[in-house]
Amino acid sequence: MAKIVIDPVTRIEGHLRLEVQVENGRVTDAWSSSTMFRGMELVLKGRDPRDAWVFAQRICGVCTTVHALASVRAVENALGIVIPDNARLIRNIIECTQYIQDHVIHFYHLHALDWVDIVSALSADPAATAELQKAVSPTWAKASPAYFKAVQDRVKTFAGGGQLGPFNNGYWGHPAYKLPPEANLMAVAHYLEALDWQREIIKIHAILGAKNPHLQTYLVGGMAIPVDPNTQKAINDSRIGRMRELAKSALEFVQQVYIPDLLAVAGFYKDWAAIGGGVGNFLAYGDYPQSNDGSVESLLLPRGVILNKDISKAPGVVSQEKVSEYVTHSWYTYAGGDEAALHPFQGETAPKYTGPQPPFDFLNTDAKYSWLKTPRYDGQPMEVGPLARMLVAYAAGKQRPKELVGLALTTLGVGPEALFSTLGRTAARGLETLLMAEQLLGWIGELEQNMGSGKLDIHNGEKWSPGSWPAEAEGWGFTEAPRGALGHWVRIKDGKIANYQAVVPTTWNGSPRDAKGVRGPYESALIDTPVADPERPLEILRTVHSFDPCMACSVHVVNTHGTELTRIEVTK
Amino acid sequence: MPVDAPSLEARLAARGISRRQFLKFCGVLTATLALPEGYAQKIAHALETGPRLPVVWLEFQDCAGNTESFLRASTPTVAEIVLEQISLDYHETIMAPAGHAAEKSLDAVLANTGQPFLAIVEGSIPTKDGGIYCTIGGKTALSIAENVCRKAAATIAVGACAWDGGWPGANPNPTGAVGVKTAVPGLKSLVNMPGCPMNVTNLTAVLAHFLTFKDLPALDQEGRPLFAYGQLIHNNCERRGHFDAGRFVESWGDESHRMGYCLYKMGCKGPQTYSNCPAVGWNDGTSWPIGAGHGCVGCMSPHFWDNTIPVYERLPHIEGFGVEATADKVGMTALGVVAAGVVVHGVASAIRAKSSPQATHDGSEVPVHTTTKKG
Repeated sequence: MAKIVIDPVTRIEGHLRLEVQVENGRVTDAWSSSTMFRGMELVLKGRDPRDAWVFAQRICGVCTTVHALASVRAVENALGIVIPDNARLIRNIIECTQYIQDHVIHFYHLHALDWVDIVSALSADPAATAELQKAVSPTWAKASPAYFKAVQDRVKTFAGGGQLGPFNNGYWGHPAYKLPPEANLMAVAHYLEALDWQREIIKIHAILGAKNPHLQTYLVGGMAIPVDPNTQKAINDSRIGRMRELAKSALEFVQQVYIPDLLAVAGFYKDWAAIGGGVGNFLAYGDYPQSNDGSVESLLLPRGVILNKDISKAPGVVSQEKVSEYVTHSWYTYAGGDEAALHPFQGETAPKYTGPQPPFDFLNTDAKYSWLKTPRYDGQPMEVGPLARMLVAYAAGKQRPKELVGLALTTLGVGPEALFSTLGRTAARGLETLLMAEQLLGWIGELEQNMGSGKLDIHNGEKWSPGSWPAEAEGWGFTEAPRGALGHWVRIKDGKIANYQAVVPTTWNGSPRDAKGVRGPYESALIDTPVADPERPLEILRTVHSFDPCMACSVHVVNTHGTELTRIEVTK
Repeated sequence: MPVDAPSLEARLAARGISRRQFLKFCGVLTATLALPEGYAQKIAHALETGPRLPVVWLEFQDCAGNTESFLRASTPTVAEIVLEQISLDYHETIMAPAGHAAEKSLDAVLANTGQPFLAIVEGSIPTKDGGIYCTIGGKTALSIAENVCRKAAATIAVGACAWDGGWPGANPNPTGAVGVKTAVPGLKSLVNMPGCPMNVTNLTAVLAHFLTFKDLPALDQEGRPLFAYGQLIHNNCERRGHFDAGRFVESWGDESHRMGYCLYKMGCKGPQTYSNCPAVGWNDGTSWPIGAGHGCVGCMSPHFWDNTIPVYERLPHIEGFGVEATADKVGMTALGVVAAGVVVHGVASAIRAKSSPQATHDGSEVPVHTTTKKG
């Protein structure tokens, strides 16, 4: 029996540490720990609620924009503000662009090296690689032997001097790598293409929000980018045209590169459809309102909860009252004792580190071992993210998600049970990217139509002035970040933030055990993962990366006091 | 350092980049760095012949926003040539190995004492309670920063957090978060590149300067490159004409907003923020905050989370705006307020010697370069 420590877990956002017990070549137990704490909610206290999004967005630079969105929605919910249609569309376009770019970066730049052996690519035959490229994606132009030869030469020159840079000390040659050299070379070529592509696609964010990362365009009540066909300083025909070009290019890349690569790579790793299942419960808040009525029904990606992998019936209704958090194994304390879970509105703040003094070799995993709290829904651990969203959409009978999931299962020759796995998680992210890339042009078109018909409103200013607010108000905002269900809660008193908190995707997925000792999704998914060589734990990275961890997002403290207020319930 | 590192010609050819395009890029860098025109050739020469410099990119209390900014390097393919002049030996967000294997990569750079390397730091460093609020591989961020930055030929602190603690360091600063200059005091070659995030165009320029001249660009007393932080946004703002003419945005989405009038009344901090944002823009020059209709939040200013917030509140004590001379007065007044609780940290004499006492661009501004303490 050996206990392996992986710290830092790389190719993620932030600081994640895994301690994993391995017996007979398989993981028998796992502990997930976040090793960084900042205290965003404490910093927000006493500030202007209209400023909260500027702070909250900085929770994460990878998930840039999503915390800003959840934040303005929470304040709008508290104050009863309905945003104009253009603001809804601009928010959808920004968020959708974020999904596409972020998912592609995850696949190629964070996850791919778990499946793709760069060193093997050096021995590929460029002509055979070109044939492979044509077979998996007949319409993609970059498919000549000369092109793949150039890519191979580029990697060779890069490695030739002996300076492998970020690829040095990778697990190259590991027996778990299964791709033939040509597939590896094709993937390496697309790693580089995606690096160029993402820079371009994200310019949609710059057009609508000044810059990426950390857009500067949200407002409580709407958006700050004006719409006017007749001025230069607003969204006009020229900017619509530019966004349309970029959206087309996004769709093209997803259709012709990402999805074919995903299916081709998955074909070599079908055994991973039976590994990494996790807790089997899935939660999605849903997102992308198709109208301004604030209804759950208006959400393109539906809201729902799935228990015990049961996708045979409609997902359960989500009630935010059922969210609670434990600190039994987290470096915080509750005044009433650390064994009971508290609903976010009754939460308490008391960070208290009780771990070993650095430098240390092992955490005391029987006690507290993480800066993450342990969120539970109705007492159950929940997986959130693209797989949860696609499963909820699938179970809810949404047509396009069902088609896409069906297509992937048929292509790979596997059944629906394959979805509950490391491979299923990675595949769902790709399918969702296609689903969303197909939507982007539509929203840009709607914005253009509004503009053409003289609907230029971008902001509802009725409640802009703090003088128009009630003495006390409380609200929450839900969104679906690329990594999963995200909720912000805010309490406003006398025009200032009295309380602020975020319950975020990676807290759900990466949480430590709860009071009953039940493992979180990462910990649970790692059980039974094969480990061929404990010194090179490639397989563990596969499963944990399939969740796309984002640790900066996930560490927060709850800071709520006082009694619950009567609140206006608006869906978003 | 490998002696047989591939030449630039080979790398350019592999990318299908013409020599002319490359020289044009060097010209852009020269302009960004505010160097005389002839320096383009010098930069080109250095990039062509220089060996690859190992770089260690450390992430502490960060959001990876500067890493993301780095990945958006403008003038794609050609900027990559500069990036290929460095060997990014340690960067947790993108490196292939994890855990012990990743630490091995870092140890190898530190062990090779004959080979200078560059450290880039992203995120603040918690100092409270023995630094337990951020550990990597069981070691505190504080101890890692100390160990790596002291050995580096130069350290570049990217983003507001690595400069002065950023928002983790904002009031009430629960973890005692500070920037590199405070966590590792007395570093001789420290470049501070504030911003939330920093602008990758400026980082590319600093790297090119370092590779070309084997030295850092001219810095102010805060260690910020003058080429990037020497001028007031307000003086180069595309909406300056509207300010001078007294045309202001009155409410979001109204005609004045759609016409692109001055955002001063909506809380814009351009009149007190020193940055080349209006000149270089973001995401390959696609746009920038004021250009997209929202005021500047002052993210390149000292302790901006406490000093330039509230976002939508007008700058204080300004009279008679609309007059040309007022703009500088606004900037000076605001910074004067900010500088009230000044703590000037010791900056290495090497840097101070190279600092310009004032910006030399138009003589109309005298940047106040101070470290401030939150009030």
